[in-house]
Amino acid sequence: MGTLNILVGVCLIYVVFLFLIAFAAERAALEGRGGWLRSPMIYTLSLSIYCTAWTFYGAVGYAARSGLEYLTIYIGPSLVMIGWWWLLRKLVRIGRSQRITSIADLISSRYGKSNLLAVGVTVLAVIGTTPYIALQLQSVTVSFDVFSSAYGGELTQAAQGSNALLVAAGLSLFTIVFGTRNLDVNERHHGVVMAVAVEAIVKLLALLAVGIFVVWGLAGGVGDTFARIDASEIGQWQMRGDRWATLIFLSGAAFLCLPRMFQVMVVENEDEDHLRTASWAFPAYLMVMSLFVVPIAVVGLDLLPPGSNPDFFVLTVPLATGNDALAMLSFLGGFSSATSMVIVAALALSTMVSNHIVMPIWLSMQTGGASVSGDVRHVVLLSRRISIAAVVFLGYLYFRLSGGGTALASIGLISFAGVAQFLPVLIGGIFWRGATRTGAFVGLTVGFLIWAYTLLLPSFGAGTLVSETMLTEGPLGLSWLRPQAFFGISGMDPLVHAVFWSILLNTMSFFIASLVGFPSPLERLQGAQFVNVFEHSSTPQSWAGSLAQTEDLMVMAQRIIGAREAQNLFEREAKRQGMSGLLPEPSPDFLQRLERELAGSVGAATAHAMIGQIVGGASVSVEDLMAVADETAQMMEYSSKLEAKSEEQARTARQLRQANEKLTLISEQKDSFLSQVSHELRTPMTSIRAFSEILRDSDRLTEDEKIKYSSIIHDEALRLTRLLDDLLDLSVLESGRVNLNMQSGKLRGILDHAVASALTGAGKDKMRVVRNTAAEEITLNTDLDRLSQVFINLIGNAQKYCDSPSPKLRIEVSQSSGTLVVDFIDNGSGIPKTEQAVIFEKFSRTGEQKVKGAGLGLAICREIMTRLDGAVEYLPGQGGAAFRVTLPGEVALAAQ
Amino acid sequence: MGKNVLVIEDEPNIIEAISFILSRDGWSVATHSNGHDAVGVVQGAMPDLVILDVMLPGKTGYDILRELRSEDATQGLPVLMLTAKGQVKDREMAERAGASRFMTKPFSNAEVLDAVRELVAG
Repeated sequence: MGTLNILVGVCLIYVVFLFLIAFAAERAALEGRGGWLRSPMIYTLSLSIYCTAWTFYGAVGYAARSGLEYLTIYIGPSLVMIGWWWLLRKLVRIGRSQRITSIADLISSRYGKSNLLAVGVTVLAVIGTTPYIALQLQSVTVSFDVFSSAYGGELTQAAQGSNALLVAAGLSLFTIVFGTRNLDVNERHHGVVMAVAVEAIVKLLALLAVGIFVVWGLAGGVGDTFARIDASEIGQWQMRGDRWATLIFLSGAAFLCLPRMFQVMVVENEDEDHLRTASWAFPAYLMVMSLFVVPIAVVGLDLLPPGSNPDFFVLTVPLATGNDALAMLSFLGGFSSATSMVIVAALALSTMVSNHIVMPIWLSMQTGGASVSGDVRHVVLLSRRISIAAVVFLGYLYFRLSGGGTALASIGLISFAGVAQFLPVLIGGIFWRGATRTGAFVGLTVGFLIWAYTLLLPSFGAGTLVSETMLTEGPLGLSWLRPQAFFGISGMDPLVHAVFWSILLNTMSFFIASLVGFPSPLERLQGAQFVNVFEHSSTPQSWAGSLAQTEDLMVMAQRIIGAREAQNLFEREAKRQGMSGLLPEPSPDFLQRLERELAGSVGAATAHAMIGQIVGGASVSVEDLMAVADETAQMMEYSSKLEAKSEEQARTARQLRQANEKLTLISEQKDSFLSQVSHELRTPMTSIRAFSEILRDSDRLTEDEKIKYSSIIHDEALRLTRLLDDLLDLSVLESGRVNLNMQSGKLRGILDHAVASALTGAGKDKMRVVRNTAAEEITLNTDLDRLSQVFINLIGNAQKYCDSPSPKLRIEVSQSSGTLVVDFIDNGSGIPKTEQAVIFEKFSRTGEQKVKGAGLGLAICREIMTRLDGAVEYLPGQGGAAFRVTLPGEVALAAQ
Repeated sequence: MGKNVLVIEDEPNIIEAISFILSRDGWSVATHSNGHDAVGVVQGAMPDLVILDVMLPGKTGYDILRELRSEDATQGLPVLMLTAKGQVKDREMAERAGASRFMTKPFSNAEVLDAVRELVAG
């Protein structure tokens, strides 16, 4: 019993030692002296959490049962490290640039920050990891049991249970203390990593020590050992190709997908270059770990009585040979393997549970938004801590309920096969832009269902969760659905069968659903960022906010990453933007960086939601869409560019066509005008030329004829002059270059003058003009000459065109609603409706022309009245021809 | 060979000038000054030659000419078209309508006289 007490004492000292190391590392990192913490060797050693108690104890048992097959568990990760370092580098780069906190975060972030996907991955990871944690607890208690039984004290079941609970509590405590000391934006835990690295060395040394003891102490050297191996059953071992291939694939996949591996490999990674060292150092570590497995197994089989559990040869061989110190070292090695796994797994899982399940639920319960209520930081830490305890306790529960009967290795492999289901979605996500959220969801679901159905459920043994008949005949008698013989392909190893079908169908449904569906803009954006992570480690995420929101963001950031860090961050950003103050502009660039910083603490989906709550537009916005078009989604961009171009071309063509139509119209109008002018000029010129030739050529003209013909020439010359004057007048009026000569005068006087001028020269058929002179006593302030010109024209037209036998013109003046109206109404037959519309156009003489005029008069009148801010229009329905001249009220009122 | 010329023109001064020139040369000149009934007047008078203005009140010279050309009696009647619009397209329209000769205003008296003589002589 004394040795047992020493063992307990050593264990406690060892645990205290680990706490101290972790503390020291945390301190060193905090004080900035932690350069050595960031060495590639520490990184490599931290990867050794891959080797859990299962590897430490179980490998020997595995070898004792199945020969060299245990090597596959080492070969898979070695191949990944050596052959796929570029894939790891990509994962690490993505993890850094996107502030990825876990594999669930990575997958959710890749597929459009879908929290549903994150929850799914988290749940599956917990399901896959819980048995594994149970396994570690079991290994610790069983090894303790082995120890104690060797010293006569058989432990009761209850004592075993309390041991396990003690270990679970201790591990929770450690993880809580060092995993959630603060919310590091980089989500790196120096203390944990350091402790894990130390434990890696301990377990390696322990296994090496036992190995050396076995080979040189018990077997009598290398040659003897080989002889023993040849003699043993292991020497007769035959390789099974399908199992080898499957196991190598499985361990490689698990190495990439296990939440704890992702934690140390990607999240805790300090430097991408560390991968370079790890790519050879880690395989070397694994090689050394596997070196003495077979000798220990062979010697153990030889030495110990038949029926001994080969899983604990590492412990029982030294014990049986009375080498207590070595046994104790071996125990510490196993203890280290188990604890480091549980710590990191709990850390990784708690991050996932907290970020993707607890925080979103908490956030949704906060009605006021994250920025205004509650200390988010406190909540995040609390939820992390509770999650850690819950995860470890779940493992403990599993351990207690399962009774710890199954061989260790099989639990490990089942767990591996479970997390391997992440592989298609993970690889597809970082190499294939076409992968969609729906695809990921369908693939994962299918994979996990098949995994659970073909491997997990049957693993509990026929007759427990799965009935005997179901195994042999399939569910409901559907033999092709037998859990261990899908589609009637029986005779396959159950593990190979499960891995083959689950991964195959997972991948297929992932691909098909991705191809069938269409990714959302955010998915495409994220897809581009992930797949092309090396081309652009930072790309637009398109938040847009206003300055007022910066303060809210600050408040939120302080609560999540701590006041000092938040202030530093904001100040840095402000400086980067060239601002003098402490608050930066909420540019999309800044918001994107802030989101990543926050994502380091609370996960991408949550950070996105939090910033979205403040800045607004949490869902995919137009900007997101634009960003996607901006993105290397070149096809989209190209086609949209083309579209825009063709649209622009169409617009230009339309404008050109319109311009052309206008030009054509103007050109036609010009042609028509020139043609009319030409006609109007040629007509009098014809008379002039004809009669001047007659006068020149005829010497037999009478005196009367000479006078008559000369007068015609004279009149036609005057007509030409008038026409030219009108044209010039119109041209000036139309161009707007006319200078108005504003004067004051009585309307009556203007009308007197106009009537007199218009009727000058009129003979016997002189028109009678009817006026109400009293109404005309209005003083006007306008260009009196121009107004008079209009009146003369209208009176002249009446004189020329009124076809009444006793022509009469009424001139009526009235004032209404601020306008002055002067109507000119004759008693002729008026102007036909069809022509009323065109009389104001140039050269539009109406009807038969008894009287010669150029046809420009009314056009000039209209132009003048427009210049005087008034109007002239035809007044229909007055019996004869009627024209109304209107002037604005100011013109009349101004001088009153 | 007859010596009857019908002048269809709305400008009184031009009518007077053409009448004077042709009368002096021994032609007997009839005149008409609107487009409405010009075709009927031509068919009634059946002159040896028609001098036709284009811009007439009521109906254009082109329309009058097309109507004359569609009638058997006046199909081959010599028609001298006068127009104050001197553009190429006006000449083309006159030719398409069936003008025997086309002259732009202002014209030379001698040219008109020569044209009338040639057209009537055939």
